[in-house]
Amino acid sequence: MERTTLDLWVGLFVVAGLAAVLVLAMKVGNLSTFNMSESYNLQAEFDNIGGLKSRSPVKSAGVVVGRVTAITFDNKTFRARVSMVIDKRYQFPKDTFAKILTAGLLGEQYVGLDPGGDDQVLKGGDQVAKTQSAVVLENLISSFLYSKASEGDAKK
Amino acid sequence: MLDRAMAAISGTGHRVVNGVWRFGFACRFFLAVLLHSGISFRRFSLTIKEIYFSGVLSLIIILVSGLFVGLVLGLQGYETLQKYGSESALGTLVALSLVRELGPVMSALLFASRAGSAITAEIGLMKATEQISAMEMMAVDPIARVVAPRFWAGVISMPLLAAMFSAIGVFGGYLVGVVMIGVDEGQFWSQMQSAVDFRLDVMNGVIKSCVFGVAVTAIALFEGYDAPPTAEGVSHATTRTVVTSSLAVLALDFLLTAFMFRGI
Repeated sequence: MERTTLDLWVGLFVVAGLAAVLVLAMKVGNLSTFNMSESYNLQAEFDNIGGLKSRSPVKSAGVVVGRVTAITFDNKTFRARVSMVIDKRYQFPKDTFAKILTAGLLGEQYVGLDPGGDDQVLKGGDQVAKTQSAVVLENLISSFLYSKASEGDAKK
Repeated sequence: MLDRAMAAISGTGHRVVNGVWRFGFACRFFLAVLLHSGISFRRFSLTIKEIYFSGVLSLIIILVSGLFVGLVLGLQGYETLQKYGSESALGTLVALSLVRELGPVMSALLFASRAGSAITAEIGLMKATEQISAMEMMAVDPIARVVAPRFWAGVISMPLLAAMFSAIGVFGGYLVGVVMIGVDEGQFWSQMQSAVDFRLDVMNGVIKSCVFGVAVTAIALFEGYDAPPTAEGVSHATTRTVVTSSLAVLALDFLLTAFMFRGI
């Protein structure tokens, strides 16, 4: 078997194809920006998760620190149980506050973690105790209307 | 009257039976190709030659069409997105539509018409000029020697071509969006990167194109191998290759998309 010019072209072709996959992975996709090699699990219970989906980002101070892995409904407490994986590099205090926030006015929803001041940190499998639900537009409007109505009553 | 009705019914039945028969033969042929593919890896130079013919020589058409598809996506996407003041999502639009759908599907359609038809014509002519029978006479298995290397060459080239199509398409979208129209470059790339997931979008596109590669080359090889050994038979087989494999690609794309992107 000898090397031929054909092999050169085929080699170039395969290298170009693999380079294209690499470009798609690094430049187009987010493989480079968020790659969790080591991670730990956290749980949180919310009254209402709004439009949160599994694989939504978990952010702290605007930086992506993890992802939502599963959302289930707890039939005992009647609340939504959200499981997340957090990058091992980031540790959060025990009294961290988990909120469901929205990116922009119409953007996707994500879990925001506000670190507290506790000395102890959350470990794998822990539950975030303090949570704040997603803002549901209908509830917002109805509470606004209620407060307007009660204002009107007070004036009379 | 009755005779004509009977003839129509029996003709339909004949066609159905023939179609099922042919399909069964196609399945057996596909299995034989898989079983006899050992030689195409042991003597890899055979496969390399076929990668050159079906992969490398398809590069020009794939790259040029990829670039133009990207340019058009950039223009059309900007037209619509700027109405909602969200031009910054142009990168996301271009990248997602290319990586998920247009890259695998368009390159498979181009591959079917560029390489698939060539494979059918080549094998059909080999059969018409009795080269295949001559090989059998010399105790050389034509499936292992001629068909299997072409099959694996197609399966290897297809995902590489689709990846190049998507990559150059994204570059085309960048050219129109950022260089020509002036969308902010940072927003273009960062929104794209935050929306495109490697495993979910890029890898699913690669899996799609692998499946399309199998489908297109298997259809092309079978049509060539099954072609009546006449000039007319080969020309009909070439047409059928392009029509059948294009339809197969589109139908498979729907099935795969339904499996991959459902409810996410």
